[in-house]
Amino acid sequence: MGSSSCSCSVADEKLLKLQKIIEENRNKKGALIHVLHEAQTIYGYLPIEVQKVVAEGMGVPLAEVYGVVTFYAQFSLKPKGQYKISVCLGTACYVKGANLVLQKLDEELGISVGDCTNELRFSPESCRCIVACGLAPVITINEDVYGRLSPNDVPNILAKYKE
Amino acid sequence: MKMVNITIDGINMQVPEGTTILEAARQANIRIPTLCFLKDINEIGACRMCVVEVKGARALQAACVYPVAEGLEIKTNSDKVRRARKVTLELILSNHDRECLTCVRSNNCELQKLSKELNIRDIRYKGEQTEHDIDDLSLSIVRNNNKCILCRRCVSVCQNVQTVSVLETVNRGFNTKIGTAFDIPLANTPCVNCGQCIAVCPVGAIYEKSDIEKVWDAINDPDKYVVVQTAPAVRVSIGEAFGMPLGSRPTGKMVTALKMLGFDKVFDTDTAADLTIMEEGTELMHRIQNGGKLPLITSCCPGWIKFCEHNYPDFLDNLSTCKSPHEMFGAVLKTYYAKKMNIDPAKMVVVSIMPCTAKKFEAGRPELSAAGYPDVEYVLTTRELAQMIDEAGIDFVNLEDSTFDDPIGEASGAGVIFGATGGVMEAALRTVADILSGESLPVEKIEYTEVRGVEGIKEAQIEVGGKVIRACVAHGLGNAREVLDRIRAGEAEYDFIEIMACPGGCVNGGGQIIQPSEVRSWIDLIVERTKAIYAEDRSMPIRKSHENPYIKKLYDEYYGEPGSEKAHHDLHTTYQQRANYPLDN
Repeated sequence: MGSSSCSCSVADEKLLKLQKIIEENRNKKGALIHVLHEAQTIYGYLPIEVQKVVAEGMGVPLAEVYGVVTFYAQFSLKPKGQYKISVCLGTACYVKGANLVLQKLDEELGISVGDCTNELRFSPESCRCIVACGLAPVITINEDVYGRLSPNDVPNILAKYKE
Repeated sequence: MKMVNITIDGINMQVPEGTTILEAARQANIRIPTLCFLKDINEIGACRMCVVEVKGARALQAACVYPVAEGLEIKTNSDKVRRARKVTLELILSNHDRECLTCVRSNNCELQKLSKELNIRDIRYKGEQTEHDIDDLSLSIVRNNNKCILCRRCVSVCQNVQTVSVLETVNRGFNTKIGTAFDIPLANTPCVNCGQCIAVCPVGAIYEKSDIEKVWDAINDPDKYVVVQTAPAVRVSIGEAFGMPLGSRPTGKMVTALKMLGFDKVFDTDTAADLTIMEEGTELMHRIQNGGKLPLITSCCPGWIKFCEHNYPDFLDNLSTCKSPHEMFGAVLKTYYAKKMNIDPAKMVVVSIMPCTAKKFEAGRPELSAAGYPDVEYVLTTRELAQMIDEAGIDFVNLEDSTFDDPIGEASGAGVIFGATGGVMEAALRTVADILSGESLPVEKIEYTEVRGVEGIKEAQIEVGGKVIRACVAHGLGNAREVLDRIRAGEAEYDFIEIMACPGGCVNGGGQIIQPSEVRSWIDLIVERTKAIYAEDRSMPIRKSHENPYIKKLYDEYYGEPGSEKAHHDLHTTYQQRANYPLDN
């Protein structure tokens, strides 16, 4: 249990950073969500090892930490890839066939929304309207935007990020 | 207290300001249905079964959390209210595993009762159903989320009352469920198996791991000598399963029923409670006289022991090394008794009827095996015993009384009061006082009322034989945590502490007959069952453990004296620190 036994699976530098944040927030009421945000920024996601450090450090039961993490969509229990692919499922994109684009994406990557490819390269997600309805259907890969897509465009786009 | 005038269903009444509509309606003999509500434990207005019309309010209001104010006009029985409740209940039922016939809570289910009351004949909503795996890896507790209605009573009792906090509401929306961190099986969490979650569950979503079939098999195996023992608190709850009023103590009927079930011998765990007092009382005097580790903390309660192993490993040396009474009894049966009666201990099966689910886990501890076999093979809850009595077709209420079997059949009143909070402390004081003063104190001096009662933490400075013992009694693990934290912080100092995991002690154990919210929200189960315990104590000819002739005989014939080497081997145990969530699961 605890931070010492965690260091085998979590790099020390990250751990020190997290512990500092916990230290600063330990006795603040309602600080758990903030600490979890910071933890996710440091680690990219919130696996059991990280949640245990937060739970113990903040004096909150692990079950409660897990309850908060699974309640909010922005927290992830799974690692995120180098390239975060967001498929807009807003109304305009949806009627223009965004679900077909998403389906093709899942097929190409062999995983589904919320997961991450084995080599930690791609993690596809669905998102709400990104206010680029003129480009519907639209996806973003990190900062890059691709619009007026058909499912057939997906392989070529992905290829750019595989080198 | 400021009184306010309100009108409920046309009845004008005065109630204290801030009373909930639910309680005010009760005073007017108006019943509002509830489902998630459990007084003092879960008052969150989540299920919406108790909705009522409040004049001037935009929507229907949850009566269980709505405080009354001057001039409030309430309708509890309008068409709108009735329809709303029905729709809500149908929606709850639409995602519920409705196999009632085979459900452990059939006939004692708050959801089933409500469906009948609200005349649900069809469930119009045929949507998706969530499917959950059943977690039955724990030796004590099974969780079946397919039966869960998300009332959150279990979460509340686990977090707020017990501060064990292994249950939590996880995920969101339709995927919401009651779970553990990372869906880790209860068996691999710091769950202490107290079973308070079971006692509060309105449906069949949490229940004990049943050992009934194994016990039937043992009884029906001609090669086995099957001995049963019953804990003090079982006798003050078992009658409830057969319609007897709260606070009944049908001890004699229970013994008759156990004999009819086919057990070879029926013994009273109270006898072993007397033995516990001899060992623990001696341990206390030794530690006080020889500068041993203090405070001494009682070790009868396996829920508390596991809680200590997980959360307060620095107190493990404070724990009495005494096994809990039923484990002591098992050890005595398989050593002394087996030899005396010429029975092969390998063929002996010891069954304990307990008000407790944590005892199931305890019986599985490998260190509890004095004769090379488990001291106790199977633990059944009070509910499981009632189930076996039903299964055997026994008419419990009309049974004749019988008495526990000899030669170790007699117990003292001190053994009986183990079932109530403060009881172990009082029983120990009765014996320690006599030993330290060198005389037999009269009846009027042996009732230590300062350690009785339902207050969560009780403290007393008690003079026994010229020594002042600083005593503390805590029941409910939240209260235990508070006491231990105060000791850790150097804010409190005691010589002797009694801790019981369940609020009220064993009378309110997680294995007792389950009373629905409608009963336990308004009648204090702990008070009613405790009264019966103390009445039983007063009815006993012997009130002190060391005056029990069988205990004297046991020491004369076998153990020599309390704390002897032989006694240590058979009757004492060890503890170990436990990780809360071992990483490799």
